[in-house]
Amino acid sequence: MSLLRVENVSKHFGSLVAVDGVSMTVQPGELRAVIGPNGAGKTTFFNLISGFLTQTSGKIIFEDKDISGLLPARRVWRGIARTFQITEVFPELTVRENLRIAIEVTAGYRTSPWLSQDADGEIRAHVTELMAMGGLEGKADRLVGELAHGDQRATEILMALALKPRLLLLDEPTAGMGDQETYDITQLIRKLHRDQKLSIVLIEHDMRVVFHLADRIMVLAEGKMLAEGTPPEIAANEAVQAAYLGKAAA
Amino acid sequence: MNGSDLNKQAANALIWVLLLTAPFWLVEIGGYVELGSRVLIYALAAMALNFLLGYTGVLSFGHAAYFGLGGYGTAMVIKFLYPSTPVAMLVGIVAGTLAAAAIGPLIARLRGVYFAMCTIAFGQVFYYIAFQWSSVTGGDDGLSAWQRQPINFGFATLDILNSNKAFYYFVLAVFAVCAGAMAFLLRSPFGRTLLAIRENERRARFLGIPVDRHIWMSWVISCLFVSVAGCLYALLSDFIDPRALRWDQSGNFVIMAVLGGMRSFWGPLIGAAIFLVLQDYISSHTENWMSFVGLFFVLIVLFFPRGVLGLIKRKHET
Repeated sequence: MSLLRVENVSKHFGSLVAVDGVSMTVQPGELRAVIGPNGAGKTTFFNLISGFLTQTSGKIIFEDKDISGLLPARRVWRGIARTFQITEVFPELTVRENLRIAIEVTAGYRTSPWLSQDADGEIRAHVTELMAMGGLEGKADRLVGELAHGDQRATEILMALALKPRLLLLDEPTAGMGDQETYDITQLIRKLHRDQKLSIVLIEHDMRVVFHLADRIMVLAEGKMLAEGTPPEIAANEAVQAAYLGKAAA
Repeated sequence: MNGSDLNKQAANALIWVLLLTAPFWLVEIGGYVELGSRVLIYALAAMALNFLLGYTGVLSFGHAAYFGLGGYGTAMVIKFLYPSTPVAMLVGIVAGTLAAAAIGPLIARLRGVYFAMCTIAFGQVFYYIAFQWSSVTGGDDGLSAWQRQPINFGFATLDILNSNKAFYYFVLAVFAVCAGAMAFLLRSPFGRTLLAIRENERRARFLGIPVDRHIWMSWVISCLFVSVAGCLYALLSDFIDPRALRWDQSGNFVIMAVLGGMRSFWGPLIGAAIFLVLQDYISSHTENWMSFVGLFFVLIVLFFPRGVLGLIKRKHET
């Protein structure tokens, strides 16, 4: 059984065709990268999978169920979590509170007026565990809005992880980061993929990151799928080199 | 326990001591007990509004409607049906809360200025009903010629009718229960879900929070407490008229919350106290008291966007 099957989806904005008949199948445990030049429709494609936008045509099947018409929150409940190109966190709350909210919501406490001691203890332990995973232990009580960009990114990814997703969508996780931060985030993603066998689809511009992480790569250009394959296949693909890699190398 | 927790507890203790002793020191400094009751009642209304504004990030300009429904419910029960203060308040609270619960789904999907405008529109509907339906509501003249009733606990009777102090402490008890309930909710997982919506609606949605439904819940809770304040307001002067539920009354609640500091739990209490004391003092000198309150409000918003309490907090931290 494939985890995610995107079947021939298109998205039109008026006369603009942002995504044009793209299909993609992601297997459980796979790490898939989606690359392409600016304006290729990558983020729109992500928005269709996560329910932020509704497709004009086509179908999205997750774990053999059609989720094409579901609202974002319901897709989250089915197990799809995402991050955004521009980090979306709770800036005036602390790292601890950001993670705590994500954990509580996932554990079904979003309308609870109180918590038992046991539940509270479990949540605290889970927060600590997540912070350790992202190297944020020392910043637990800092406001997220005051943290460095890389730490905000890490917080967002950890919040997505708190949702216990079966598919994690990362939209340019290393965008705007320095070398060290890029390295740290890459290691975190690698750990999630290798150790936790998490299925991940990511959009990424940094080719070092893409070729380092991805099991398979899909290339989009002008809303269409240009190529799909393993990293060596994509590196050797002439159409891709012409449209994208060639330009990046030049 | 760290320093900021200690400060918070000290501030809480100070506020409760001041409120508990108000009838005694208020008169000493030239005030009167009724002013204290009025501050508490408006503070409760502004804190209820702030549950929605400061902690869910949603601005309502129509809370006076539910304040007024609470007040009219209370007044009509005592005047026409059954002379009991608790029963009348219960009816008022239920009326205000049910109206809010019914209107909520129609507005919970709106945001920003659209939400605010629709709350005004629905609020004005209740204002015109109160204004026009003279045979029941007394129309423009309001409902007078009734009195709040002493409260009989079985073993003792609290004479809120003849003793201003007794009424003050009755209001304070209701205020304490409501403030406690709101503080409890805000510290719970439910309260944190609301904070999440205030902080970043998109992130909240993508954590799997059904945002519109939670805004509805926050709206209903907020309107419940504002209708409690409305009940007390009618009892305060044994009178209610349509101005209690007009849109400018809603505006007063917003001004109080913002003036005091909408990111602080006690901010609206401070805002209500400043607003009402200024009103009381300046209006004895000039009819244009609102110009001065308005000027003060503008200065605070321009220079101290976190309100008076936000300013005090910042001074304290640096």
